[in-house]
Parts: sequence; C-alpha cells; structure tokens
Amino acid sequence: MIFKSLLRACLACLFLSLCTPAFAQADSKALLDSLADANFKQAEEIVGQLAASGDPRVVPALEAFAEGDLYARKSDDAVFITQAAGSKLALIDPLSGESAGEVAKGAMSKIRVNNNLRRVIRSALGGLTLLSPDRNTRLQAASAVLASPSAENLDLVEAALERETDPEVKARMVEARAVSLLSSDRPPEAKREAIETIASLGGRNAIGILMSSAGTLDPSLQEDLDAAIARLESKLAFWDMAQNVWYGVSLGSVLLLAAIGLAITFGVMGIINMAHGEMVMLGAYSTFVVQDVIRSNAPQLFDWSLPIALPVAFLVTALVGLAIERGVIRFLYGRPLETLLATWGISLILQQAIRSIFGPTNQEVGNPSWMSGSFALGGMTVTWNRMWIIVFSLTIFFALLALMKRSAFGLQMRAVTQNRRMASSMGIRTPWVDAFTFALGSGIAGIAGVALSQIDNVSPNLGQSYIIDSFMVVVFGGVGNLWGTLVGALTLGVLNKFLEPSVGAVLGKILVLVLIILFIQKRPRGLFALKGRAVEA
Amino acid sequence: MITGFIFRALDGKIVAAIGILLAAGILVPALNLLVPPDSAFHIPTYAMSLMGKYLCYALLALALDLVWGYCGILSLGHGAFFALGGYAMGMYLMRQIGSRGVYGNPLLPDFMVFLNWQELPWFWYGFDMFPFAMLMVLVVPGLLAFLFGWFAFRSRVNGVYLSIITQAMTYALMLAFFRNDMGFGGNNGLTDYKDILGFSVQADGTRAVLFALSALMLSLCLLIASAIVRSKFGKVLVGVRDAESRVRFLGFRVENIKLFTFVVSAMMAGIAGALFVPQVGIINPGEFAPANSIEVVVWTAVGGRGTLIGPIIGAILVNAGKSFFTGAFPEFWLYALGGLFIAVTLFLPKGIVGTIQHGWNGRKAMKAAADREKGRDDTVLPQAAE
Amino acid sequence: MAKIAETRSKSLLYLDGVSVSFDGFKALNSLSFVVEPGELRAIIGPNGAGKTTMMDIITGKTRPDSGTVLFEDSIDLTKRDEADIAQLGIGRKFQKPTVFESHTVWDNLELALNRSRGVFATLFYRLSGEDRDRIEEILSTIRLTHRKTELAANLSHGQKQWLEIGMLLAQEPKLLLVDEPVAGMTDAETAETAILLRDIARTRSVVVVEHDMGFIRDLGVKVTCLAEGSVLAEGSIDFVSNDPKVIENYLGR
Repeated sequence: MIFKSLLRACLACLFLSLCTPAFAQADSKALLDSLADANFKQAEEIVGQLAASGDPRVVPALEAFAEGDLYARKSDDAVFITQAAGSKLALIDPLSGESAGEVAKGAMSKIRVNNNLRRVIRSALGGLTLLSPDRNTRLQAASAVLASPSAENLDLVEAALERETDPEVKARMVEARAVSLLSSDRPPEAKREAIETIASLGGRNAIGILMSSAGTLDPSLQEDLDAAIARLESKLAFWDMAQNVWYGVSLGSVLLLAAIGLAITFGVMGIINMAHGEMVMLGAYSTFVVQDVIRSNAPQLFDWSLPIALPVAFLVTALVGLAIERGVIRFLYGRPLETLLATWGISLILQQAIRSIFGPTNQEVGNPSWMSGSFALGGMTVTWNRMWIIVFSLTIFFALLALMKRSAFGLQMRAVTQNRRMASSMGIRTPWVDAFTFALGSGIAGIAGVALSQIDNVSPNLGQSYIIDSFMVVVFGGVGNLWGTLVGALTLGVLNKFLEPSVGAVLGKILVLVLIILFIQKRPRGLFALKGRAVEA
Repeated sequence: MITGFIFRALDGKIVAAIGILLAAGILVPALNLLVPPDSAFHIPTYAMSLMGKYLCYALLALALDLVWGYCGILSLGHGAFFALGGYAMGMYLMRQIGSRGVYGNPLLPDFMVFLNWQELPWFWYGFDMFPFAMLMVLVVPGLLAFLFGWFAFRSRVNGVYLSIITQAMTYALMLAFFRNDMGFGGNNGLTDYKDILGFSVQADGTRAVLFALSALMLSLCLLIASAIVRSKFGKVLVGVRDAESRVRFLGFRVENIKLFTFVVSAMMAGIAGALFVPQVGIINPGEFAPANSIEVVVWTAVGGRGTLIGPIIGAILVNAGKSFFTGAFPEFWLYALGGLFIAVTLFLPKGIVGTIQHGWNGRKAMKAAADREKGRDDTVLPQAAE
Repeated sequence: MAKIAETRSKSLLYLDGVSVSFDGFKALNSLSFVVEPGELRAIIGPNGAGKTTMMDIITGKTRPDSGTVLFEDSIDLTKRDEADIAQLGIGRKFQKPTVFESHTVWDNLELALNRSRGVFATLFYRLSGEDRDRIEEILSTIRLTHRKTELAANLSHGQKQWLEIGMLLAQEPKLLLVDEPVAGMTDAETAETAILLRDIARTRSVVVVEHDMGFIRDLGVKVTCLAEGSVLAEGSIDFVSNDPKVIENYLGR
C-alpha cells in the first residue's frame, strides 16, 4: 500500500517535470488533432491525457470543446477553436490563440461532445488550472475540483498542494484533495481523514459527497461516514433554524418599521389612522424623487441618496400629517370610528394623488452600493439591505423610546395622553402637542418608507399592503406600549417565517392572522396590556 | 305574537319605502319586458341589472346598519358575508353548467379540470340542488358570524379593536380564496354561468325576475329589520350602543344580544351577495377586499346610520355616483369617494336621512315644549296607543 | 367560630378577606364587609380607598385575587358575571349617571323592568297592563311622571340620577348599590334623594357610597369607613366621625 502511494507521488513529480513547454507543445498539438476522428470513448482518453500533460495552454481548447466550439478541418484533420462569423467560421489556433483565418462552414466538422465527456472535460480543466500561476485561477480550479470530485484529479491535486503557498487556496485544495481521495483506491486510513476533512466543510454539498460514496467505501469506514453525515445534518438543521430566525427577524424589522409610527398615533394618541400606510408610501416616493434629482444633477452622490432622503421624507410626511391632524382629525377626537372612516378617505385621496402625479406603475428606486450584495455568516447568507434595515429599524425604535422617556416633548406628550385637562391646566398647549405628536408619528412612517423602498415595489398601493399588518402588530403587542410593538413585530415576523416552510407563504399569513384574531379574544388588550380601572373608562 | 312583532314594524316611513320598492320591483321589469325597445320608456336590460346591483348593495348596507347603527358594532368585514353568500350562489350556478363547460366535464367545473382534479371536493356536494344552495347562502355567512361573534363578544372585544379584527377576518378570507387549492376557482373566481333553475341567466326574463326578487328581498329584510328595531329587543340594542355596561348591569346578556344581531345581519348580507352574483355574472376573491367592506360603511354613513331607510338611500346614491364618475371621469372617482368619507364624518355625522329626521324631531320637540308650557301636557304614550 | 357562622347565615351580602391589585397597586386589602337583609348602609372613605373597586367586585366586573364574596349566604359571586349577578337581584348605580339618552324616560324604565331578558323574549315582548302600572308607579316614586315621553338626554343632571335609581327599582333588586347619588345635586334635591333612598330601603338592602357628610347624616344609618382597601371603622355616624383614625385618614384632610 505504502509502496503504491509512493509510486503515485513519484509519478506526479514526473508529470511536473515533464511540463516543459517545448516538450509539451508538440505533444499537446498532436493530442488535440487526434480528437478529429476519435469516438466518445477515445475522446475521453485523449482529454485525460491532455489533463495529464499539465500544459495550461490547452485550457481554451478544452473549454471550447465543452461548449461545442471545437472543429476539425476536413482537409487535414487539424483542430481549431471556432467562432461564428456570419455564414463562415473564424478559426483560432487552439494552443496559441492566434487567428487562423475564416473558412466556410462546410469545410469543418464539429467534434461532437456529450454530457459524459463534458464532465470529464470539466474535471480535466479543474486539474489543469490548478497549476496556473494566477492565484485566483488556482482558487477557482480547486473549487471546480471540489464541486465535481473525481479520483483522476487526485494526483494533480496533491502535486499542486505541495507547491501551493497561498493559505486560502491551500485550504481549498486540501478539501478538494479529500473529496477526490474518497472515490480513489487509497487506503481506509487516508479516507477516514478525508471524511473528517469533508465533514468540516459543512453544508448540503458535503452531505451529498459523503452520501454518494456511501456504498463504495470499505465497510470499516461506514460508521465514520454515518457519524459524519449525522453531525453535518444536525449542524445544517441548526443553520437552517438560524437562517429562519434571521428571515423572521428581518420580516419583523419591516413590520416594526411599518408599525412604529402607528404605535405613536394609535398606541399613544388612540387615533385610528387608516392613512398610515400612505405615509409610508409618501416616504418611499420622497426617496424616489430624491434619487431622481441626484441621478440627473449629481450622480456621484448616489450612495448618499438614502441619508439625504431620510430628512426629506420625514419633513414631507410630517407636514402632511400635520395638515391632516389640523384639517380633519382634531374635529374627531373621542370618536375613534369616525376617525377611522375619515382617515380612510384621506388614504384614498393620497393614493389617487400619487397615481395622478407619478402614474400607477412601480417606480424604480435603486440600492446604493452599500445596500447591495450579501455576506456569509456561518452557514447562512445575510444580505446587506436586510441587515441595514434591521439596524435601522432598531435605531429608530430606540431613538423614539428615548424621545418619549427623556425629552420634554415626550413628557408633555405623555401628560396630554394621560390626562388632557390636567395637562392643559398646567399650561401645556394640548392642541399643539396633539398636532406635533401626530406629525411625529407620520414622519416616522415616512422614514420607514425610505427603508421599505429598498425592498418593496414603490407603487401607489405600497401603503395598503402594510396597513393591516401594522395594526395587527400594535394591537398584538399591546396598545400604548412601545416595547409591546417591538416584541409584537419580531414575534409575528419569526412566527410567519417558521410557518412558511411547512404551509406556504399565503397560508402562513392566513394562519398568523387567525392566530392574532384568536389571541385578541383571549387578551383583548394585547401582550403588554395596561391593567386597572383607568383603562376601562 | 309574530303578528304583533311584524305589525309594530309598519310605521309610515317603512310602509312608504316598502311600497316604493315593490312598485319598482314590478314597474322596472315591466318597462323592460313589455315596452318596445324604441320607446322612450323602455329600460334596457343592462340598466335593470345595474339597478338590481344597487338594490343588493342597499341590502348589504341595511345589514351593516343593523349592527353598526343600532348596536354600535362597526364591522369592517361585512363584505366577507356578502361574498360568502355570493360564493354559495356561484357554486350552485357552476354546478348548473354541467357538461356545457369548455372541458365538457359533467361533474367538475372547468377550473377543477384545469387544475387536474379528479373528483369534486366534499364541500361542493349538494350545491347542484337549489334549495340546499339557498340554505347555504344563509348558513355559511351566519355560521361564520356566529363563530366569530361568539369568541369576540364573549371576550368583550369592542370598538376599534373589533373593527380591526373584522377587517383582518375579511383580509384572511381574501388571501385564502385567492389560493387555487382552496377549491373556489382562485384568482378568477366563479363565472361563465349558464342558467339558474333552468332559465338562462342572460335572458331578459330571468334578469327581470332577479330584479324583482332583489326588490322583494330588500323589502322583506327592511320589514324584519324594522320589526327588530322597534321591539323591546331593538331598544336594548340601542342601549348596548349607548351605554353597554348599563345594559349589562340591568341583567341582559350583551354578548347574546350582539351575537343574534350580528348573525341576522350576516345572513342578510349573504342574501344580498346571492342576489348580486347572477345579476353581475361573476364572484371572485376581490369581493373580500377590505376596501370593499369599508365602502359599505360610507354608503351607510352617507344615508344615515341608525335609520333604516338611510343606508338604502345612501347605497343607491353613492353607487349611482360611482357609475357616473367612473364612466365620465375615472381619475376623479377616488377623490370623490375619499372626500365623501371626510365630508360625511365632519359635516354630516347623522347622514342624509338622520339629519332630516333630526330637524323634524327638533321641530316636534319644540312644539311639545311649547304645548307643555301652555299646560296641555300630553300623556298619550306611543306604546299605549297600540 | 359560631359567631361568624351566625353572621353569615343572616347576611345578604358577605365579603371576607377580599384582595385585589392592579399592577402592584393594592386596591383592596383583605376587605371584610357584611350587609344584612333590609339594611341601609353608607360607605365613606377618601379617594382610592377602594369603594368603587368593591362595587366592581360585588357586581362581577372585577374578579378578586383572593377572598370570599357570597350573596344570600350561598351564591359565590366571584363565579358569576354582571348579567347573572343583576338577575340574582343586585342593582348598581354608577358614579356618573348612566341612562339610555336616546330613549324616552318611559323606555328606560321599560327596559329595566324585571322581565325575561332573553333575545327572543325581548323580540316578542308586549307591554302588559301590569307592567304599565308598575312603570307608572316608579315614575311617580322618582317624580318624573310629567316627563315620561321625553328623551332621557333632555333631563337635568339630578333627574338623570333619579331616573337611574328608578331603573334600579324596576329591576326589583334585593340589594341596591348606589355610587355617589347626590353628586351635582342641589340641596333640595339632595334632601329629597335621602328620603327616596330611605323609602327604598324599607323593602330591600341599600349600600350608598357618598362623600357628602350632610347627606349621610340625613340618612342616619350605620356607616363604614374604608381606607387603603380595608375597613377603618364601622358604626354610627357620630361614632365613626369621632374615630381618630378616620379623622386622620379622611375627615381631617
């Protein structure tokens, strides 16, 4: 056994020493040309030999072969890479990459390729590029071997591994080696190690590799294999769970954003503002307008468009909110059902106004560069926009909490909502506190709109899709309690995402609605209800 | 007992309203069927169906008024009961298509064949029988209202909370009915009806009968609502609206009172939906949309909640306005509707009929006060007069 | 032991060790309180002493955290709801007069009349001669005969208080709980109300919560003073108003 592996190592060294360009050139050329009249079986062998040659110059030819762009000239069986050029074919020398003129299609015959052959080509390519002087090419090649393991690559991988100095590439090659080793005829000890290495990779892919080698391995390894698979699966289940929680928190943060303004207008002031969703929508359209202005006047500022849009959206919606409170709602205090109807009317008007100005279609709101892309965290993927929205919604939440608890305005606001007459007799101008509180709630809805424009379609109907959810969050969390809104939003978000995989998105949402309806029967005042006589008045 | 119950319902305004409705129920179909099309008095079938639709909406508004105007429960989910009644009728009409569908399946409606279903789901059984389907028009909305109300009223969910969860209820139903696997035709709903009780739904005669039936059912429900409202029960109902805890401390079971009213109202909404579907020719999940239910509220508010005639007038006026505006200035309709919501709550909280009645009552009260000062205190009670 | 059993068997209303708290605030702290049949009892006490909470517990609006509440010695009121308790024969007048403002005075009394209160019974109810006589009788008791066809909304504040008392009478309760019946009344009205309540107490038990010491003196009955959720003193008005604890907690302030 040991002798055998020694021999393999020697052979690998031999390959490498053979890789002198002059020697390989003639060889590679001949091998390529021999493809012209090879059948699939022979072609596989030739590709194997090309791979074994270690000559990196055959890479383009092999790639063209896999794509079906490799043709043989009928007259002399010379093989070329081709490109369609009108009715003719442009010829490219397979090794040098130089142009070799154009010929009519009839003069060439295509070297046929099938899926089996393609797989062989891919693994050959993986092996070949392992030795490339370019670090990124080597990394890609190692990943390619990892993705389609084959025992044939083993020697090459090991040879490459020996020469490798870059730690990242090296780590990837170790994994690639382990994967290839599993299907080779190496001794069980080596394979046991390989199983460990693969298991440490994690993910569904590793399970797949281990599963596929289940029957082919020495029986003594079966136990290790099963244990490794079980370990991987439990880890996977954990990350699945973590990913679900993450999605849930992410949805929860969206709900929180939508509901947080409502927690002020409905929760604190007791105003049923059915136009709340339209405030969110106005915030999103403010973002669109800001981006539009930036695009046409100062495109270099585009990454700053969201920070610029925030105060704009806040001001716009706060002003609209102020106008609504002064113009309509203040006449309806103490008549919640009438307020509900009037604000519904306002929401219809706002929707139609936006539709008249911007048209009924979705508006394009772009993501700044720092909002795009994603990163991996352990076994789960985290997109930057979701990440920032969670951070953003929590920031708003705590800022609002601080404003309510610490500032003079917050004190006045609480005083007015708790005892209007007493507050007014202490010199607080209650009408203005009402107006500004409502404007604040609306402004926050506008800010939420800026964030939601990043993940949702910006259309006149944007608000409608959030209004019921927002009310559910506030009612579920407990009216008049900001913490309740936070807990309510996150609970509903996570609950939704955990129901989704088993029952589907729509049914999940329906179930959540039904659960909330039942919950309200049980605790009509929500999760964090205020108790006592005062509440019932 | 029953006669007394019904007799009490008949005050002057109700008699007049029922008279007008029944007259319309005879006159409009007559003008459609008997008057030649080139006559100035001819009413085209589309116009008759449109008016029939208004009558269904009027019945829906009346149903809502019973719970909102008299009991103080603002339901933002009455569209759900309407739609359920409509679906029950739609299912009957679908079963009547039989093998005349596109796929020619004698048992399964087209959309089920399209979804590759092999057999009829259990909840579609029996809908080929008209009496059963009509029973379901009442039972399904009534049962939903009963279950929903049973939980909600017992745990004393009140005011805006109740409104919000009724809205969530219709929203959840809308999402559910949009799903294909619910077995109600998904997105497209139920449509392409052929005939009802053997008569083509497209025929002028059938349309005329449907219109007359709408007028008749509206009259009947108006009579029942009036009888309820004028009974001692109706007075308790208003008591619940104005001072719920007083009613409770007088020993009434408020939850039962609300539940009964809610269920009766849901059934009326179901009847409205069932009459609506054959006249419009389609029922789809859009009828469950929360916006629809809120629109019903504004009809009721415009006409005058807490009056029985008001919602009928409101529903007809607003919908006639809607037909006009969406035809003439489609952009303008939502502004008008939105403005109507605001104007009615700010300037006309009693609605049209309520405001007129208030003015009239105000004059009567002033006269009574003047009479009293002259020492002619009238001691005749309305109850005693019976 | 024997003595407690004796008071219980005689009592109409029996509260023992009743406690309830809202968010940590103890509204009632081991309150014990007995009302005998046919008794007129006045309750005084500073704001927040637990007077209204006690009424809430007796009428089933609030559930106590611990303690016993018995009616007629056998019925556990903590297991019943408001409608049940009202039907058992406990009537309650709220602090703020609560009548059905959009009904006439007559209709208010008709609704309160102690008849079957089921959905169908009320749907098919017809006013009988007997019921009419009873309403007329109550109308004259509460001095509102001349305004019977008017909407309750048009009554004066004092008249609304009386109408509410009249509704309680129509309910024919065994026990009447009356919360601040003379708040906002003129002196003449107050004196008349005292007469009215004494009248009523001839046929049933009445518990009156009131701040107006003059009114309580007019009633001339046993007084219970509550403070911080439990009984501070009990006895005649002179006895109670001379109790140093009562003076410190209530009268002296």
